Amino acid sequence: MGILENKFQDNIIVAKLDQILSWARSTSPWYFQFGLACCAIEMMATAASRHDLERIGMMPRSSPRQADVMIVAGTVTMKMALRVKKLYEQMADPKYVIAMGSCATSGGPYTPHGYHVLKGVDLIIPVDVYIPGCPPRPESLIEGLIKLQEKIRHERPLTRKNVS
Amino acid sequence: MNVDVAKKLTEVFPGCLVEQDEFPETHIQLQPDQWSKIASYLKETEELSFDSCMCITGVDFGEEDDLESRYNLHSMKHNHKIEVRISANRKKPIIPTVSHVWQIANWFEREVFDMFGIKFKGHPDLRRMLLPEDWVGYPLRKDYVGPDSYHGIIIPKVKEVWE
Repeated sequence: MGILENKFQDNIIVAKLDQILSWARSTSPWYFQFGLACCAIEMMATAASRHDLERIGMMPRSSPRQADVMIVAGTVTMKMALRVKKLYEQMADPKYVIAMGSCATSGGPYTPHGYHVLKGVDLIIPVDVYIPGCPPRPESLIEGLIKLQEKIRHERPLTRKNVS
Repeated sequence: MNVDVAKKLTEVFPGCLVEQDEFPETHIQLQPDQWSKIASYLKETEELSFDSCMCITGVDFGEEDDLESRYNLHSMKHNHKIEVRISANRKKPIIPTVSHVWQIANWFEREVFDMFGIKFKGHPDLRRMLLPEDWVGYPLRKDYVGPDSYHGIIIPKVKEVWE
C-alpha cells in the first residue's frame, strides 16, 4: 500500500451498511456479454484495451446467472425479443438494463415501417439507462455506464429507499 | 453468349418457354411444370453446364399480378450466365424445387418462401429461413400488412408515440 503503510493503527470506519453495500455494488457491475448488431462492435471496442472497461470495474460475463447488467447492444428483432426477455429473467437480482443505441431505445431507423423490429427494448424489459447514437461511441457507452453506477450508488438496498 | 439457350431448350422440351413477342438474350421465361427436368438439363449438358446457381430472387408485381421466381445461373466452365424467370399464381404459388440440382438452392428457396410465400414443390425442408416459425404472412409481398402484436408484444405503427 505504499505511502499508507504503517501510518495508521488498526482502524474502525463507521458508515451505513446500506451505503457500503451500494458502493460495493456500484463499483463492480459485471455486464452480460451479448451483442445483437453493430452496437456490439462498439461494445467490444469499449471492453478492449484502448477504452478498457475493467478500469471502472466492469467485466464481461458469458452467463446471465453471473451478470448484473444487461447491455442491449443492437437491433432487437421480434424473433430475438422473446430470447432477450428470457435472458433477462434468468439474471439474478439486482439486475440492470442499458439500452444502447437508437435501435434498442426506440427502434431507430426501423421506425415505423420495420415490421420485424421491436420498437424499443423497454416494451419488454425495464430499462435503466438509455444511450443515444447509431452506434454510440465507446465514450458514450462509458458515460452511460458511469450514469448507471451513480444510480446504483444512490440505491439503499436494505432500506429500499432511493436517495438522490 | 455463344449458345442460344432458348432455342436449345425448345428443341428438347417443346412448349417450355412462355410465348413472348421477342426473346431477349439475358433471360428466358419458362413454364413451371417441367422446370425440375430443365434445371438438370441446364446443369448437365456439356455446352451449357450451368454449374453454379448464384441467386434465387422472388418478385411481386403488385396486388393483381403474379409472383415470380428468378434464378441467376452461371457456368464456371464456359463463363456465361443466364437468368431464368418462372411466374407463379398469386393465389396458389407453386414452383417445382431445384434443390436437388444445385444444393445452394435449398436455402435460397427457403428464403423466397419466407418472404414471398412461393411454395417449392418437392423441397426437402421448406421452413422459414429468417422469420420465426409462427410468423403470419409473407412480408415482401405488396399486400402485406404487419401484425399488431407478436406474443403479446405490441407493434406500434404510428410514429407519434415516440415524438
